[in-house]
Amino acid sequence: MSTNENAISSRKSARSFFGKMVRNQLFIPLAALLLLILFNIAADIFLHVETSFFKVVLEPSSAGNLILSGNLITIIDNASELALLAIGMTLVTSAAGGQDISVGATIAIAGSTVLRIVKGVSPNISGGKFAVVIICAFLLCVVVSALFGAFNGALVACFKIQPMVATLILFTAGRSIAAWINNNDNISINDVRFGYFGNFIPGIPVPTPVFITAICLGIIALVLKFTNLRLYAQSVGINSSSSRLNGINPKMIKLLTFIILGVCVAVCGFIKVSRTSSITYAVIANNIEMDAILAVALGGNNLGGGKFNLTASVLGAYVIQFLTTTLFRMKVSSSAISAYKAIVVILLIIMSSPFIRKKLADRKSRREAARITRAKAALDAGAGKESV
Amino acid sequence: MVKCSQSTGYACGSKKFIMRNEVRNMKKFMKTLLAGALALSMTMGLAACNGSDNKGGDNTQAAPTESKETEAAPATQGGNDGELIKVGIINNDPNESGYRTANVEDMKKTFTEANGYDADFFYSLKNEEQIAQAQKYIQDEVDYLLISAAGTSGWDGVLEQAQKAGIKVILFDRTIDADESLYEASIVSDMAKEGQQAVDWLASQNLDEYKIIHIQGVMGSSAQIGRSGALDEKVAAEANWSIVVQQTADWSEETAQQIVQSVIDSKESFNVIYAENDNMAKGAAAALDKANISHGVGKDVIIIGFDCNTWALEELLAGNWNYDGQCNPFQASYIDDIIKNGVKTKVVIMEEKGFDAKTITQEDVDTYGI
Repeated sequence: MSTNENAISSRKSARSFFGKMVRNQLFIPLAALLLLILFNIAADIFLHVETSFFKVVLEPSSAGNLILSGNLITIIDNASELALLAIGMTLVTSAAGGQDISVGATIAIAGSTVLRIVKGVSPNISGGKFAVVIICAFLLCVVVSALFGAFNGALVACFKIQPMVATLILFTAGRSIAAWINNNDNISINDVRFGYFGNFIPGIPVPTPVFITAICLGIIALVLKFTNLRLYAQSVGINSSSSRLNGINPKMIKLLTFIILGVCVAVCGFIKVSRTSSITYAVIANNIEMDAILAVALGGNNLGGGKFNLTASVLGAYVIQFLTTTLFRMKVSSSAISAYKAIVVILLIIMSSPFIRKKLADRKSRREAARITRAKAALDAGAGKESV
Repeated sequence: MVKCSQSTGYACGSKKFIMRNEVRNMKKFMKTLLAGALALSMTMGLAACNGSDNKGGDNTQAAPTESKETEAAPATQGGNDGELIKVGIINNDPNESGYRTANVEDMKKTFTEANGYDADFFYSLKNEEQIAQAQKYIQDEVDYLLISAAGTSGWDGVLEQAQKAGIKVILFDRTIDADESLYEASIVSDMAKEGQQAVDWLASQNLDEYKIIHIQGVMGSSAQIGRSGALDEKVAAEANWSIVVQQTADWSEETAQQIVQSVIDSKESFNVIYAENDNMAKGAAAALDKANISHGVGKDVIIIGFDCNTWALEELLAGNWNYDGQCNPFQASYIDDIIKNGVKTKVVIMEEKGFDAKTITQEDVDTYGI
């Protein structure tokens, strides 16, 4: 669909700067971010608050470490998991033309796996040994989560089941599996070192999840730059049979995107359990799949598959967290908070729909074109007079 | 399968391309079969997880024709488990929360063959599934039907059926919107009382000013309504009680942390955190730790939690939190008493404690922690 759109747009000769900007996928998430920032600045001014929304301070925590805190830090910290999921979800959306709704449940499984390993470790062991345990736990959770991803992927790729239906299985069963892994125990890890990955490493004032997300984003950026993953995923998503005729194995690509999502989910699960050093099977990462899909949609990606823009999706994730934090800041009442969120989301989604963006861009460019023709006519008229 | 091979044979005789089609269909069929097998194996795997719980159930279902009524035991009855009281227990999903896990374990511990019960357990978070299972139990002619309903409505029909069949119904943990005559007894927690106890305790601290961060559970749940109600009333009544922020964290630790963080970032002052369960209290405490705000006994901020998880009571013991209200999950002994000794009161409200960090002992942690 988007190729079609591009074809039409390239035919238009009068394409203004505004048109280009609006048509750019990054426009909507960036505009939404800007809008939220402006809203908060306005709130700072009109509500006469003591401290600005944007103030970031460096203060000691109760453990005695200097850490950064402030709303902006809260946003980049808490959006980490969502940004990671947005990566995987965008790829799955692109190749499979559908979404994985089991990510929340799989996060529970991944987190439960990590805790299963770490819970047996005594808090007195040395740093080196502890690092080994953590690495083992992390690797195992990546493997487990990738396997569940592969299970979803196999259902979608080999059995041609709609992604949402295929992932419904784990969506339903995942949290029970997570509980079963740890025998339904309430686990709480007392070792403070386990909390470093979801909170702060002593001596480093920036929350660790921010670094983890940055590393993952870097890796995926390199992968997309140096491999054909982007091209293959997009071509499979646009037309699976014609890409097969061109030598791409659509099944493999679909499976691969689900496995990548599985790995993203594993990292999320690891961060989530590290944040709280415990797990509540029914509550952990509840409804996060909906936010992840929303991030992809906010990024202006076609949820039916095909072309995608990863940066836009990741920005979308940060927009969602920005919105949540803003709503907390504005102290919206509990019963109304979902309604507020829904209204903002509806507006953003409508704005980011290809239809509206095209309409907006066309109207602007038409106006621009009209202006140019008028100017030309005036010029011609002037030239005509001169020649007379 | 048979039909498939027959038609293939027929196609062989007539046209080749039909056969190719058939082969393709066959392939498709095999794929579907494989998918089915996969799904089946998965379900089996899941069933295996619950296998141990359902052993009692398998026994009862193996002999569904056996009729057993405690009042008028028919002469035809000759099973070796004739002495046992047959109960069908419908509960919510054990994974729902620590509360439910403790509740399910308590039920399993009490309703054993050693205690004279032939119990069958069923778990679902869905009201319709629970109702369907209740109907099944009625057909199986259980003696007692124990229900912790997922939803409050829709139970009238099935309760009437039970009454006609002479099956006694006991509700536990959750009440339902049905006429009182339809059930024998209900054993419930009074969430409003839990909230009231906590608020009374808070009032007894005699602070000059109460600036409260109120973190609510899932809006509309009975625990949220009860626990919020008491606090809202008190805040409305007293001049020196005020709410700094009132927000739902949907029982989630992380959301609670974000809510408290946002208050800290806005530099508003507060001295009480009233979280409607332990997890949210833990999240709130984490936010305070980050900002170097002291909390606990004799510190800047009072932390109140609910549910009495073992780890939460340990926080109390260490003086990091101030108060934890119990939500008693141990209804089995009450039910056991009613079945064996008869109904005394229709609505039994369980005794529930509140623990103060100043007076809690290790023994309390071991006894009441879930």
